[in-house]
Amino acid sequence: MAEVSQAPLRMTLSCPAPSGDGGHVVMGHGAGGLLSQQLLERSVFRRFANPDLDRRHDGAVLAFAGPVAFSTDGYVVSPIEFPGGTIGELAVHGTINDLAMCGAMAEVLSLGLILEEGLPLSTLDRVLAAAADACAASGVRVVTGDTKVVERGKGDGIYVTTSGIGTVHPRAAIGATRLRAGDVLLVNAPIASHGIAIMSVREGIAFETSVTSDTRPLHHVVRALLDACGEGVHCLRDATRGGLGAVLAELAQQGGVGMRVRQAALPMLEEVEGACELLGLDPLYVANEGVFVAAVDASCADAALAAMRASPGGEATVAIGTVTDAADGLVRLESAIGGTRIVHLPPGEQLPRIC
Amino acid sequence: MKFLSEFRDPALVERLVDELHKVARGEWTLMEVCGGQTHSLVKNGLMELLPPGVRMVHGPGCPVCVTPVPLIDLAVRLVLEHGATVFSFGDMLRVPGTAHSLAQAKAAGGDVRVAYSPLEAVQFAQANPTRQVVFFAVGFETTAPANALALVHAHRLGLRNFSLLASQVLVPPAIAAVLSDPASRIQGFLAAGHVCTIMGLDEYAPIVDRFRVPIVVTGFEPVDLLHGILMTVQQLERGEARLENQYARVVRPEGNPDARRVLREVFRVADREWRGIGVVPQSGLEVREEYADFDAKVRFGLEDAPEATDSGCIAGLVLTGQARPTECPHFGTTCTPLTPVGAPMVSSEGACAAYHHVALSPVQLVRGGRHG
Repeated sequence: MAEVSQAPLRMTLSCPAPSGDGGHVVMGHGAGGLLSQQLLERSVFRRFANPDLDRRHDGAVLAFAGPVAFSTDGYVVSPIEFPGGTIGELAVHGTINDLAMCGAMAEVLSLGLILEEGLPLSTLDRVLAAAADACAASGVRVVTGDTKVVERGKGDGIYVTTSGIGTVHPRAAIGATRLRAGDVLLVNAPIASHGIAIMSVREGIAFETSVTSDTRPLHHVVRALLDACGEGVHCLRDATRGGLGAVLAELAQQGGVGMRVRQAALPMLEEVEGACELLGLDPLYVANEGVFVAAVDASCADAALAAMRASPGGEATVAIGTVTDAADGLVRLESAIGGTRIVHLPPGEQLPRIC
Repeated sequence: MKFLSEFRDPALVERLVDELHKVARGEWTLMEVCGGQTHSLVKNGLMELLPPGVRMVHGPGCPVCVTPVPLIDLAVRLVLEHGATVFSFGDMLRVPGTAHSLAQAKAAGGDVRVAYSPLEAVQFAQANPTRQVVFFAVGFETTAPANALALVHAHRLGLRNFSLLASQVLVPPAIAAVLSDPASRIQGFLAAGHVCTIMGLDEYAPIVDRFRVPIVVTGFEPVDLLHGILMTVQQLERGEARLENQYARVVRPEGNPDARRVLREVFRVADREWRGIGVVPQSGLEVREEYADFDAKVRFGLEDAPEATDSGCIAGLVLTGQARPTECPHFGTTCTPLTPVGAPMVSSEGACAAYHHVALSPVQLVRGGRHG
């Protein structure tokens, strides 16, 4: 018979629930029990604290003064941390921007997290800190949310969904059907930076660059634009997936108008242009996160340009072309050397050329 | 951007276009051999700027377009039946095989990855010794040295799990094949600048002499292309047929001797089937027997799959300049970039995809006219 130790028994009086795998997301974090609660306390509630969230109810009860816009988006970017940002601020900015394109100023967001078992808690913390900072800087509140955990191999670290509600600007009248021949097309910032920043750190392609993502909230610059031009702003669209080219082609199609765009006027950082050349990518179809196109009535184009340039996120605004009465719904790009080509919707993901 | 904007300079382009309009008196049909040149012509709207008598025909220099269906089927079998990890250049993924494209094989659970360099596949093989890793080596003389180097690298590392599925093709035999066709109307060629960067100029002089056609080795930027077209038309107007080098800032007469050496070490020249064109003698590269261990066909004991059934795609006529993409009954109807019937509709360098992007532009259609 084994000898019984005479040493005094050391009892731990804390909760016997699993400890949490010393710094990784475990299945228990999504099970609704103590581990879930701990995770939410340390990662979510403290960071995003506000009276609506602090009620910790199943949902938030809200009141708004006038018409609101409502939008939702899912975020699956890989890798989840990239030069210039993380999936966290991307998810916040993305929904703020979708609302801004409706002429609405985001006020509240929901935050849905799908975490993969094994995700380092330190990574989750960085992502959520970035999201919280983005909310604070943008003046929006997370008022409700959800967290689920899926088995290792069933996710890609972390997926985020955000939905948001924003109050519509009193003078906003935005829609593709309001596009008119003569409208001036404005773009607020250099294109293709986000896609190149992501590509630069993607496995198998990694290359050295100082290009960073252009993820940024656009509601301030949109508000400035609407304050200045009101109904003169005919259409707004953010040029995220598919890039500026896809958005222009889509708008022209939906509005039943043509467009003429000058290639030489397209804003782009030189390093981004170089990376696109090397990788065989057409910058028109490379993704952005903080770029939008505004079609404004010609009569207020100068005022629009000035208002946007005076607002954060719009400092680099330029006019890239005009809406035309070509009823074929096509976007014609005038090349820098005088030829033209049609800008089509890309058929799928842009594949790199091989020689 | 330095070394780029100079060759897109609008003032220089205008001067070249003016000169071309002055020089061109006759009706001339030229072929740009390389898909990269086709892409640049279309992307920059250059064909609109040409004199009405000068017509560009888009050649077979798109490696994705000429890769035969049975070879795509082999790549798909490697993925789905042999469980191999197949690395490929991106364009190749959507090209339809008999039953599947590589993209469909990937969606069906196969391990298909896009690479920018064959060395990525070697690194992956090194890091994953239990996986069989195959690089789908598609391309012309430009990509062949890098593929050869990857194989030499894998050999030095003693890797037992890396191999090449070689689909390398050569440009000069293809030009000769186009010219040998009695139906050919091509009167001058813009040879592919980057191919000549590797291989030099030696192989082209015999073609110029045999077929009495001007060949101008040409680059890819607007200024390069217009300059190359101008040089070719000048020769034609004077009744000359010479080999000239427009792309002398990059192409040396002897090419790149180191690249040629590694190419010879790993590959041997062999007959090769071109999708839509047929077997062109001595127009492809196969892995040499000394490196047979790294030849995917040998390693996996692959037999060539039977020839695909006829899809009705007229790629062969398009790639040899005997038909325009718009003359194909499938063009823009059953065959679109989203639902490609043939390979030239897939790659942005493919003539059909390039035309699909401008097909709705009336100016280009009128200028393009009908062939022959």
